Amino acid sequence: MRKLASAAMVAVMSVCLITGVKAGEVEVLHWWTSGGEARSAAELKRLLEAKGHTWKDFAVAGGGGESAMTVLKSRVVSGKPPTAAQIKGPSIQEWGDEGVLATLDEVAKQGGWDELLPAVVANVMKYKGSYVAVPVNVHRVNWMWVNPDIFKKAGAKIPTTWDEFIVAAEKIKAAGYIPVAHGGQAWQDSTTFESVVLGIGGADFYRKAFVDLEPSALNSPTMIQAFDVLRKIKHYTDKDAPGRDWNLATAMVINGKAAMQFMGDWAKGEFTAAGKKPGVDYECVAAPGTAGSFTFNIDSFVMFDVGAGSSQEAQMALAATIMEPEFQEVFNLNKGSIPARLNMPRDKFDSCAHTSMDEFVASAKTATLVPSMAHGMSTFSSVQGAIYDVVTKFYNDDKMPAEKAAETLAAAVKDAR
Amino acid sequence: MNKAVGRQHRAGRLFIYGCLLLVAVYYLVPLFVMIMTSLKPLDEIRTGSLLGLPLNPTLEAWRVAWGSACTGVSCEGLKGYFWNSVFMVVPAVVISTMIGAFNGYVLTQWRFRGSDVLFGALLLGCFIPFQVVLLPMARTLGFLGISGSVAGLVFVHVIYGVAFTTLFFRNFYVNIPRELTNAARIDGAGFWLIFFRIVLPLSPPIIVVSVIWQFTQIWNDFLFGVVYSAGNQQPITVALNNLVNTSTGVKQYNVDMAAAIIAALPTLVVYVVSGKYFVRGLTAGSVKG
Amino acid sequence: MPVSHSKTFFKDLASAAALERLLPKLVMAPTFVVTLVFIYGFIFWNAWLSFSSSRMLPRMDWAGFTQYVRLFSNDRWWVAAENLAIFGGLFIVLCMAIGLFLAILLDQQVRLEGAIRTVYLYPMALSFIVTGTAWKWLLNPGLGIEKLVRDLGFENFTFDWLVDPEKAIYTVVIAGVWQSSGFVMALFLAGLRGIDDTIIKAAQVDGASLPSIYWRIVIPSLRPVFFSALIILSHIAIKSFDLVMALTGGGPGYASDVPATFMYAFSFTRGQIGLGAASAMMMLAAVVAIIVPFLYSELRRGRNE
Repeated sequence: MRKLASAAMVAVMSVCLITGVKAGEVEVLHWWTSGGEARSAAELKRLLEAKGHTWKDFAVAGGGGESAMTVLKSRVVSGKPPTAAQIKGPSIQEWGDEGVLATLDEVAKQGGWDELLPAVVANVMKYKGSYVAVPVNVHRVNWMWVNPDIFKKAGAKIPTTWDEFIVAAEKIKAAGYIPVAHGGQAWQDSTTFESVVLGIGGADFYRKAFVDLEPSALNSPTMIQAFDVLRKIKHYTDKDAPGRDWNLATAMVINGKAAMQFMGDWAKGEFTAAGKKPGVDYECVAAPGTAGSFTFNIDSFVMFDVGAGSSQEAQMALAATIMEPEFQEVFNLNKGSIPARLNMPRDKFDSCAHTSMDEFVASAKTATLVPSMAHGMSTFSSVQGAIYDVVTKFYNDDKMPAEKAAETLAAAVKDAR
Repeated sequence: MNKAVGRQHRAGRLFIYGCLLLVAVYYLVPLFVMIMTSLKPLDEIRTGSLLGLPLNPTLEAWRVAWGSACTGVSCEGLKGYFWNSVFMVVPAVVISTMIGAFNGYVLTQWRFRGSDVLFGALLLGCFIPFQVVLLPMARTLGFLGISGSVAGLVFVHVIYGVAFTTLFFRNFYVNIPRELTNAARIDGAGFWLIFFRIVLPLSPPIIVVSVIWQFTQIWNDFLFGVVYSAGNQQPITVALNNLVNTSTGVKQYNVDMAAAIIAALPTLVVYVVSGKYFVRGLTAGSVKG
Repeated sequence: MPVSHSKTFFKDLASAAALERLLPKLVMAPTFVVTLVFIYGFIFWNAWLSFSSSRMLPRMDWAGFTQYVRLFSNDRWWVAAENLAIFGGLFIVLCMAIGLFLAILLDQQVRLEGAIRTVYLYPMALSFIVTGTAWKWLLNPGLGIEKLVRDLGFENFTFDWLVDPEKAIYTVVIAGVWQSSGFVMALFLAGLRGIDDTIIKAAQVDGASLPSIYWRIVIPSLRPVFFSALIILSHIAIKSFDLVMALTGGGPGYASDVPATFMYAFSFTRGQIGLGAASAMMMLAAVVAIIVPFLYSELRRGRNE
């Protein structure tokens, strides 16, 4: 009897030792509050709770995370940071500099992150060589969404260079359609602009301008040419574009009012919601001149230092869960993006996602994989903001010469660094 | 009554009602658009005219906004957030209005040296942009141990509301004749007696203004609510914001509009209920004694 | 200040009399302390930040006037400042005029007063996070008023201020007046209700016409209300943030940016807290320059009366 009892105790203890789980709580700051995004976050919650931890939701939507950043700063200042927060790109380095992040190296080693993640992605997630963040997805930004019907009716060919773009746009305009659906908001202006710069200058030039911020690239003939093309694109948009939300612009392509839109792959959600099929009702192609290049935008969660104990256990479990194939698949199917980890089963994804996956791997090899400037992947937010200001100013002020824009761009970037 | 005067009178009335009606249209058009949108299915919004009447009116959007729209990982609509806001708004409005009334009373009937300067400083201070306050206040609340609590939110709202309530009451009480309170003082009435017996009975219209202002400001506040509240205590504006905002998702305008109207209902109720205290004659009656 | 000899309370206590004398100051004391710490203390803190090199989080070092130099060389800041002048001026004048006008009309024993008053007040109740969308649709040339009027047969009608960089700020005025003039109406109505009826009746007996009674007697006695309205409206104008973000997002480009959105963007979105703090100081300086003279004359007047 006694033996049995002690055996039972040993068994219980060993179970505790093996799993080593102390139930903890994670507080996760994110801005995925609606539709497919919210469903994806709920999936993460479910997977984490299956491991015995609790999820305290801390959702703050608005302005692509602007409100959430304000809240996050206040929380850090008040001495109570959340367990994890949705932060991406070079901002991770800024937070690292403040000395408030937790290191994930142990989880990363166990999970073999170095093998699973492409080097480009891994580098973004590391601060001084240690993992501090977990990637959830990879968006491709340099897409062009096309309504093939309009192209057929106008007798135009889907453009692969910016020169062809002008020819096609003229035909479409003559046929009575709006060539380009655009929403005149600073981030959309810049999203279009970065595709133009990539298409005209190529990946090396793009990197010199938007990653290394070299004045010689920012104020250069190539940049002036890019600004000129941007103005031509504006010429092919309708006059009601200013202030329009991106999804309304997408709706114009869906409804057959406009022929193309330059937007990241989240636009796919709108097509899907309207019951449209890729390759049949719409086409996803690389923006003119950017085939084979890939502008990436990676969402990630940064882990804050919450001290040792049960909350740290829960935090590490959260990090591991995010990297699991199960979550990466569900999440990215919902969001239109592709998984951040390589070698995932791909049969559930659509043809646009397949293209994206292939080009992601291929472009990493040919060094044409570049971070998106418009989505905060290439610079600190101060520089990104300065570029936004110049691009949107130029876009909306027809009297501003392209030469002046390039000159202002170089000056503004220098000032904001 | 003289016939010409009667006609003039009627023309005057016509003018008054005409103007009131015309302005009412300007005020109502956006509401009309919102209500119409909230009654349409999403397809109709995507394809049809925004100003048109709904072809197949449905209350589905209202049901979703109330009970099943996502505001984070939970999808239970706005209903759970109502009480969060109520528990924050009621104490904050009551406390700040009371303090404002006392302050206004002192500033007009019991002036002391420096009281005007204090009032001026208070008013000037209310122009401080709230964004400036966010970080130091976060640190203060953390220090006081009330960060992320309803008490902390009430505290913040009272602090930044007092300047306005004081302004309302001070500028209303300025018109109370000094003779009235002086006479009471000669009769031996003290500070509180004069306030409760003479000043307070005159105050309903300005209490209404103060309550309307404070209730609206605090109920609709987003910035403080989002920064200083913890997850499950978020006020309704934060939930509304989460509901209508999506970075890369599909926008459900009908649900957004229904949710906005739902979130505004308590304020509307306050306006309707408090309105009857605007009745003329209260003041005149009391002044005449 | 007269010492009150309260017969009902504390009659025999000498200290009670002292307490009674101190009471007004005691009542004001919490407000005084709170103002000192949470308003002026924070303003001081912000002033310090504006002289620091703070970027993402506050950092208390010394960087001299660097942030102010950057601010003044920033084109966007000057656009924002100019917009505030246009918006603030128009917004305040229009709200006051419409608010007073409506209050006077409503004060004429109008039927259905309660309903009409609620109609004028309700815009304040709605969060601009969403009403902004409704306004955006109405003002959008392809969707709203312009399309409606054209569909009615006026083919050449144009109303495209929202998408015109030169005029976008005026659409913010339209929506702002819509939102706030109702409250100004309530303020004036409360003021009108506080005026002794007998004065108006006496003037009417003397044969004065209604407009002249209002012009000569009623409106001048509303002076404190004008003052309240001015403070409230300039407060709203300077802080208008939701309004601009929801309606134009500061666009087209940054043509309708205002200092509040500028400050928020630089302090929180762009990680340039020092620059944001400097812009906040400039906003406060402008307020001081405009409001203090009003405040001074108003308070001096109150003292002399």
